Amino acid sequence: MDASLPLLVAVPLLGAALLVAGGRLVPRPVAETVGCAVSAGTAALALVLLLNSSPPFLEWSGGWTPVQGQSVGIVLIGDGPGLGMAALASLLTLASLAYSWHYFDEPPSGHAGSFPALLLLFQGGMCGFAIAGDLFNAFVWFELMSVVAYALTGHRVEEARAVQGALTFAVVTSLGAYALLMGIGLLYARTGELGMHAIGRGLDAHGCPDALVLAAFVLVMTALLVKSAAVPFHFWLPDAHAVAPTPVCMLLSGVMVELGTFGVWRVYGTVFSGPGGVPAPEFERALVTLGALTAVIGAVMCWYQRHIKRLLAYSTVAHTGLFLIGIGVLKPEADDGIALYVLGHAGVKAALFACTGILLDRYGSVDEHALHGRARELKGVAVLFVLGALGLAGLPPFGTALGKSVTEEAVGGPLTVLYVAASAVTAAAVLRVAARVFGGLGPRPETGSGYETTGSGERPETRHRLSRIPDTMTAVPAVLLAGAVAVGVAPGFAKVVARAVNETGSAGVFTSVHWTPAGVLLGLVSTLLAGVLALLAVARPKAFAAPDRALWLRRLQSGHVGDYVAWVLVGTTVLGALTLPGMLGG
Amino acid sequence: MMDVFPYLVAGWVFLTGCYGLATSRNLIHAVGCLSVCQAGTYVLLLAVGYRDGATAPVFSDLKPGSRPVVDPVVQALTLTDVVVGATVTALLLALVVQISKRHGTVDPDELSELRG
Amino acid sequence: MSRRARLWLVAVGGAGLAALFVAAALDLPAFGGDHHPYGDRAVHAALTRRTANVIASVNFDQRAFDTLGEMTILFAAVIGCVILLRRTHDEHRGRPAPEKVARPVRRYSLLVLPVALLTGLYVIAHGQLSPGGGFQGGVVAATSLHLLYLGADYRALERVRPVALYETGDAIATSAYVVTGLAGLIGGSAFLANTVLPYGTFNTLSSGGTVPLLNAAVGMEVACAVVVLLARFLDQTVEIEEGNGK
Repeated sequence: MDASLPLLVAVPLLGAALLVAGGRLVPRPVAETVGCAVSAGTAALALVLLLNSSPPFLEWSGGWTPVQGQSVGIVLIGDGPGLGMAALASLLTLASLAYSWHYFDEPPSGHAGSFPALLLLFQGGMCGFAIAGDLFNAFVWFELMSVVAYALTGHRVEEARAVQGALTFAVVTSLGAYALLMGIGLLYARTGELGMHAIGRGLDAHGCPDALVLAAFVLVMTALLVKSAAVPFHFWLPDAHAVAPTPVCMLLSGVMVELGTFGVWRVYGTVFSGPGGVPAPEFERALVTLGALTAVIGAVMCWYQRHIKRLLAYSTVAHTGLFLIGIGVLKPEADDGIALYVLGHAGVKAALFACTGILLDRYGSVDEHALHGRARELKGVAVLFVLGALGLAGLPPFGTALGKSVTEEAVGGPLTVLYVAASAVTAAAVLRVAARVFGGLGPRPETGSGYETTGSGERPETRHRLSRIPDTMTAVPAVLLAGAVAVGVAPGFAKVVARAVNETGSAGVFTSVHWTPAGVLLGLVSTLLAGVLALLAVARPKAFAAPDRALWLRRLQSGHVGDYVAWVLVGTTVLGALTLPGMLGG
Repeated sequence: MMDVFPYLVAGWVFLTGCYGLATSRNLIHAVGCLSVCQAGTYVLLLAVGYRDGATAPVFSDLKPGSRPVVDPVVQALTLTDVVVGATVTALLLALVVQISKRHGTVDPDELSELRG
Repeated sequence: MSRRARLWLVAVGGAGLAALFVAAALDLPAFGGDHHPYGDRAVHAALTRRTANVIASVNFDQRAFDTLGEMTILFAAVIGCVILLRRTHDEHRGRPAPEKVARPVRRYSLLVLPVALLTGLYVIAHGQLSPGGGFQGGVVAATSLHLLYLGADYRALERVRPVALYETGDAIATSAYVVTGLAGLIGGSAFLANTVLPYGTFNTLSSGGTVPLLNAAVGMEVACAVVVLLARFLDQTVEIEEGNGK
């Protein structure tokens, strides 16, 4: 059983290769069916492995099991969190393949299989990253998912925005990846090992942490924080998510960004958490500071958007901030909460993107102002969109609400307020869109400040504008939302998740995870807050529009790749400065 | 001095690439700068694996154990790194080709479609 | 952001990162040191599996799972470039006119072409014995075909280079690598386990178990991938024209 762990990567890769080889012989429906089947098979394998992952196991690729505790092979980790992320990535890939079924734009002639093949490669890359136990191997899969993501983001090459957003994404993420490699080089020089656990042991054997450990930590974390879009590494995300085709957005926002957060958790837990690594208070200070900043900026910028996909992208930034805080406090309960939150968020966010894709393909626009009242006819989509917004706010019994409440109780204090506020503001922005676009409520807003991306003039992703919404495109968000609810209500599910996380994360400390009255109350409060904010914004658009003094915040998001690179450099310095204090005395 | 010089060169190359990326006025040049950043990682990896007086870890014309060899693992990593770099460069250049068609320019200062 | 502001950011961020890196470099083991535990184990492992080129052993045996990712990245980039550089609705395909080639250039390229091709194939075939291997040889073999573009003209190149065939070859080579890995899982102990074939005699072409197989798959993949990539870029410059389509 354990030996089939690498198949999580091998199966989608083989499927992709066969789709490309046979793509010119078979018609498009066959290619897409094969894509779905391979993706579903991998998802099933991930779930089976997940059910057998207690206790967690290690698998040595190539059969290089350690001799006297040392191996020359690559270790893969089969534990709850890793396999859980692999399963989530696989299920979402299946969802986005189903969503794009038949209706997605015409493939290049003779390449019927190219789009499903790329999605399968994306799935393989994500699964590989999720189960990687070797730092260099993690870099390889990190690069695979990045490379595929660049190509998918720029898929609509006739759109000027799409190619620009894809290039920005590619440059910033690649720079992050090379920083990771510099970090790997430093760690290899110190310890002579590449396996994460082996590096951690090597650092501990060397003694107290020094500048080398700090630099390696900063460089490795830079890559993972770029991937998870933490401020100030986040600028690529809104640009990329706003232009990527909808099925790709579902994957980028739903799971790829979260894999960056997962990487932070995995690498800190295995490499830097020992006495020779980065002390816990320093890690906590760095992640909680950056996370809080990310949540605030993400929520504010989310509120100011009118391009609906960009708005959703910023809400992903805000939620990433919340995830980073939860991981940063280094408490087992917070880890459990974040695991549930990520699962719930993936379903909700992917469903919201799927609904936005329907708007784009039906009306040729994703501009909140231009679409005012135009989507009144889409009753079913409206219901899904509002449900998604409520899930984002953390309305019980959504999985997001359970995850958020568990995390809130673990972090405590002012951070709880931040959790409520960030989820309320992002949900309010989505509800505002729903009220205007689907309900036609309030006056039509006047055109904005000029320094913004409007979202009109986008081309539909389907061959023609849709006159009728295909069933697959509405079924997928409905199923995803149902999944997000199931995370919260399925009996025993939360306990299983918590147990799986604690088995690897907190050295045998098991915590119980369940709904509490306080958590339910906080969830209701943030939903109520979101509703009130949205109603006020719809009723009085002027009072709640972006004020002139917020323009500097908008100007930071300049779309200029040089600016973003400069921010990455600043980010590494800030990260170093935040981590430095406790390591000086060492 | 010689003990750390190669490492410092690696850092210097990496930062030079970053500077070029941030200040570039031409996207093709920027893609080149990204490759420079990556060259920094090659230098670091190979420097880390070097061993004084050692030769290449290839035993087709060398009796095993007769001479020290440099670390083969970093060389394999560098090979992977080179391939990754080449593919990323190819994809980036493909995107630049399309940018120049859609925007009519390859100067990042003149791309203004995504902001705010 | 103004250029000035950006320069300030770069200065601050770069200075911080530089300081951090210099401090780290001073803590690194001295250049040329003797402490390479993983490297020593890798050399030992390569010799027990009778692979003369230790780097080939690391790439195709000990860390073959990395190489799977590496070749998949290349494969993904090829599909990505096929999609990104496709002919869009507002473009049409022109027929390039043959251009005059200086005679020395023509003679030289036609002379060097077979030599380069043979060198590429040699480097691939001897990957587990001498420096080189699938990646390096594949690039040499693929570029050698493009000497036809320099020496003759684009149409001559197109005749020896049916892109569709190379795309299929690329995919088949990638599948072959995965299938060899699966054979390790079914016939041996683990995915990509090098235990299904005999290790052969040290320093011969058939030594190293599955290393030559994986090396050949990578060589084929890289050669095909480079041909397709270059074809896509050449298409953009030579064939695809903007405009309203005739």
